[in-house]
Amino acid sequence: MTLLLEQMLNGLQFGVMLFLLAAGLTLVFGVMGLINLAHSSLYMIGAFGAAWAGSRGVAFPLALLAGAGSAALTGLVIEVVVLKRLYARDHMDQVLATFGMILFFNEAMAMLFGRQPLMAAVPGFLSGSVELIPRVPYPIYRLAIIAVGIAVAGLLYYLISHTRAGMLVRAGATHREMVRALGVDIGLLTSGVFALGAALAGLAGAMTGPLLSVQVGMGDRILITTFVVIVVGGIGSVRGALAGSLLVGMVDTLARAFLPGVLKSVMVATEADAIGAGLSSMAIFILMAAVLLIRPRGLFPSHG
Amino acid sequence: MAKGFAVRREQVLGVAGLLLALVLPNLAVALGKPDLVTLGTQIAIYAIGAVSLDLLIGYTGLSSFGHAAFFGLGGYTVGILAFHAAGEPMFGVIPGATEAWIVWPLAIGVAGVAALAIGALSLRTEGVSFIMITLAFAEMFFFLFVSLKTYGGDDGLGFRRRNGLPGVAPRDDVAFYYVCVAALAAVLFGFSRLVGSRFGRVLQGIRQNPRRMGAIGLSTYPYKLAAFSIAGAGAGLAGALHANLLRFVSPDMLHWTMSGDFMIMVVLGGTGTLFGPVIGAAVMVLLQSWLAQWTEHWMIVMGPVLVLVVLFARRGILGLLR
Repeated sequence: MTLLLEQMLNGLQFGVMLFLLAAGLTLVFGVMGLINLAHSSLYMIGAFGAAWAGSRGVAFPLALLAGAGSAALTGLVIEVVVLKRLYARDHMDQVLATFGMILFFNEAMAMLFGRQPLMAAVPGFLSGSVELIPRVPYPIYRLAIIAVGIAVAGLLYYLISHTRAGMLVRAGATHREMVRALGVDIGLLTSGVFALGAALAGLAGAMTGPLLSVQVGMGDRILITTFVVIVVGGIGSVRGALAGSLLVGMVDTLARAFLPGVLKSVMVATEADAIGAGLSSMAIFILMAAVLLIRPRGLFPSHG
Repeated sequence: MAKGFAVRREQVLGVAGLLLALVLPNLAVALGKPDLVTLGTQIAIYAIGAVSLDLLIGYTGLSSFGHAAFFGLGGYTVGILAFHAAGEPMFGVIPGATEAWIVWPLAIGVAGVAALAIGALSLRTEGVSFIMITLAFAEMFFFLFVSLKTYGGDDGLGFRRRNGLPGVAPRDDVAFYYVCVAALAAVLFGFSRLVGSRFGRVLQGIRQNPRRMGAIGLSTYPYKLAAFSIAGAGAGLAGALHANLLRFVSPDMLHWTMSGDFMIMVVLGGTGTLFGPVIGAAVMVLLQSWLAQWTEHWMIVMGPVLVLVVLFARRGILGLLR
């Protein structure tokens, strides 16, 4: 029981991380109609930025800021130089161009930092663990990630639902041409949305640093998981991204933790380990297939 | 008039390409570069995969980002059957096989059936969701083969000899090259017949205006599913040949960057054309081998090249020539 609770917290933490990625991706798709594979590069750049700043003795919160900032800056540059030209193109072109960017950024990071993984340390004031549930110590750092994620979700909700900029984002998502016709500087709006999404991806990467190793290509696998999140949640909807993130994070973590054990009770241990590992890494895709069968447009389809 | 011109050009291109392909081994000997034969084999194999993907991207308007799944399934069919032929039967009942006339049709069939299943689910959506879903399902197969420790898991699975074909020595690289070229020629011929048929016209109609196709009384879903399945089967053949070329299969064949590479070949050469994907495959393989000799960081060049092609040469190399 306590193990289950602990794993559920892990699932929540992974879900929060996925949300930071999915929110940016889905906002960019909603407003600009752009599918951006290079989102994974922004995540990686955020992780490298924070790890590099951390290794120079910068305080952890500032290192996080450096990570998010470097991702946002990179995002702005690629938006203005390349992606702006792709908004009106079909998705195929967008996929290819942003795939080319991934190749570029992966190689650039390998040249700058080498192929050896960097290690980022958990900051002193967040190390150690607390007994959130009696007799189950849980790392403070993971709790902090959950807290940051919840704060970001709240902030996004406020930003999108209760500010003028958010209103324009919502309007842009439904009738981009109409918003332009009303005299809004669409270029500024798209750059802003893109930089925000990039910053969130960078923040996710920066926070992941102390949990996993920081290395070239680290964003590619989580990008595909983020796609599953978006398909499950419904593309273009931030609410769907939140629901999808938590669901996928939970299913993935729980399947990895418990599926091999469950299989062991019905078959030989060695086979159960092999099949369990395979099945648990496939769990989120099976979830996606199930959602597609029932609701092809995702759990929370955006209007239009 | 314009159409007649285009057809003639395609025929000229086809004949020229075929002649070049036929004399390539002699050319390799004359130039003293025997590895040209391997490059040529590689090109022919990738071209089969790219041509089959073009049926989806160029003709039906379906941007599948999961083509590597079928490529890998075809390859693993060869690898797994060879593995069981050398050892115990699969599950104790299914014997292995090493004869090409059994293994290759099976590889094509396995990939086609998998495509039927994935397509049945993925085609419930369209646009960006379709891209993401095909990518995700391919990644699922990637994880499946990574976790199958019996078949080597991460490290992949090697086998001793190529599938036997009557009259072809298994160690003869030049003979295997000609087998791959013949397979490509057969695929191109079948492909040109397919896109010219009523079925092919319907696919092109779906790309241009799915709603209108619905309005004239055609249910588009079965057509799209059939196209998806045929394309998957084509990739399965490419995968089987690729496994034979290297005598090795690994999860790398199913990696998502492989799907990206197939997409690049199609777009680089020119979508919706017969020979575009072949040219794309050739350029891709040659560019990679050339850049890799030049610098280990060849991707830092390849990436921007790709961005530039998308931005400024969207009709591909064949489009630039036209």
